[in-house]
Amino acid sequence: MNTLEILFFALSALAIVSAVMVLISKNPIHSVLWLILVFFAISGHYILLNAQFLAIVNIIVYAGAIMVLFLFVMMLMNVKKDKEPQKQLLVKLVGVIAGGSFLTLLIALVKQNTSFNGREVLMKEGSIGLIHPLGQALFTDYVVPFEISSVLFLSAMVGAVIIGKK
Amino acid sequence: MTLLAFDWAFIIEKLILIVIIVLTTLLITLYTTFGERKVAAILQDRPGPNRAGPFGLLQPLADGLKLIMKEEIIPTTASKWLFILGPGLAMTASLMTCAVIPWSTDLHLFGRTIALQIADVNIGILYVFAVVSMGVYGIMIGGWASNNKFSLMSALRAASQAISYEIAMGLALIALLMSTGTLSLKTIVADQVSGHWWNVVYQPLGFLIFFICAMAECNRTPFDLPEAENELNFGYHQEYSSMKLGFYLFAEYVNMIMSSAIMASMYFGGYDLPFFDESTVAPNIAAMIGVGTLLIKIVLFVFLFMWIRWTIPRFRYDQLMNLGWKKMIPLALLNMLITGALILSKL
Repeated sequence: MNTLEILFFALSALAIVSAVMVLISKNPIHSVLWLILVFFAISGHYILLNAQFLAIVNIIVYAGAIMVLFLFVMMLMNVKKDKEPQKQLLVKLVGVIAGGSFLTLLIALVKQNTSFNGREVLMKEGSIGLIHPLGQALFTDYVVPFEISSVLFLSAMVGAVIIGKK
Repeated sequence: MTLLAFDWAFIIEKLILIVIIVLTTLLITLYTTFGERKVAAILQDRPGPNRAGPFGLLQPLADGLKLIMKEEIIPTTASKWLFILGPGLAMTASLMTCAVIPWSTDLHLFGRTIALQIADVNIGILYVFAVVSMGVYGIMIGGWASNNKFSLMSALRAASQAISYEIAMGLALIALLMSTGTLSLKTIVADQVSGHWWNVVYQPLGFLIFFICAMAECNRTPFDLPEAENELNFGYHQEYSSMKLGFYLFAEYVNMIMSSAIMASMYFGGYDLPFFDESTVAPNIAAMIGVGTLLIKIVLFVFLFMWIRWTIPRFRYDQLMNLGWKKMIPLALLNMLITGALILSKL
């Protein structure tokens, strides 16, 4: 194992363990904090893939802004462990079956697809995650979808302001 | 065995650099607290701390010792791990910024070229921005984990203040990036050294916005709403005692020094000594002059922070939000527009 592989497995383990902790934490605030750790692990993966820009934007937007808002709302709502409504057994069962089937499907798909066999992630290669190539791609090849999505964001922002003013 | 195939000399060189920079930062921070009290004293026409050692110079050591020796209390209703994590996070986040600050030109020692910067990443400014946005977690977690209404209120205030001013700060940064065309702090400083003017000449409004936002991000007066003691007793660190409290207070000063270093590097030429040609002296001496110049610029900025703190009263909370959303953000957008128009007209 070389250094890259060790880093890859350490980050993957961190991501999976934190993601499981998000689900099984009783306290919603703890869940949010574990989720922040997941984002950090994923940013680490981006760096391994030579996508520093994506990595840092992931941290700024998700860990730095959205999760702060999540934490904010959780703290304001002051969700208590015992006040949280317990789901009925039937609902839980349905959830387990649906999630389990989806997982089985995913595993079957990956195992069937022969192009996945014996392949590793290409690390430290490619440049699409760096700022110059990404900017070039966004503003030349994909300029129309990019502009449309920014209009979408603008309308969402205006909507939020209007709702806030009511 | 490919695992050990590092360039060990490189790793050791970087480790030494990290230790030196962190220790220097902490030492400067120690004396910034002293400086703050002296500046406050001068502005209020009183002598200030002058008992411990000559001119009171040992005062910060006495303060630090006092904080360490105090009894450490963890409230029984607090969530223990998060309570301990809070101050640690605050301190880590504020120290992490120093990784991308270029302290000077390269040193030449033992036949090696040593860059006086821990990491020259090509996204330097965004890294700073990410670390700044992490800083709020220390406050939020600490305030929530204390299980105290006042702490929670103050943590929420701190978070909303930080988010509001981060937007204007980011917009001011974008205008700077548009005029420099790079995200690497090293290149930004090098361009200012070789160019004619510092970036503040091209971005005066952007600098003003960035400075005000930096003050808000550091929770300094007039933006110290999170610790408004007349409304919130003591603020988010009310339940903290001993060195955990010390960490919170210290982190604020580290933040102040780091934002001064960032502002000096981005807008005021970094390690560039004006009217002086570095190529006339030996490279190592030039590097040392550079470090000294940057330190002087940092001290001047820190003094400016203190001067403002002891001159201007605190905002009311709605005034703070109005300033952030209705004045700073439109101004920053305008600045971006002007910068864009100027760049277009030059093409």
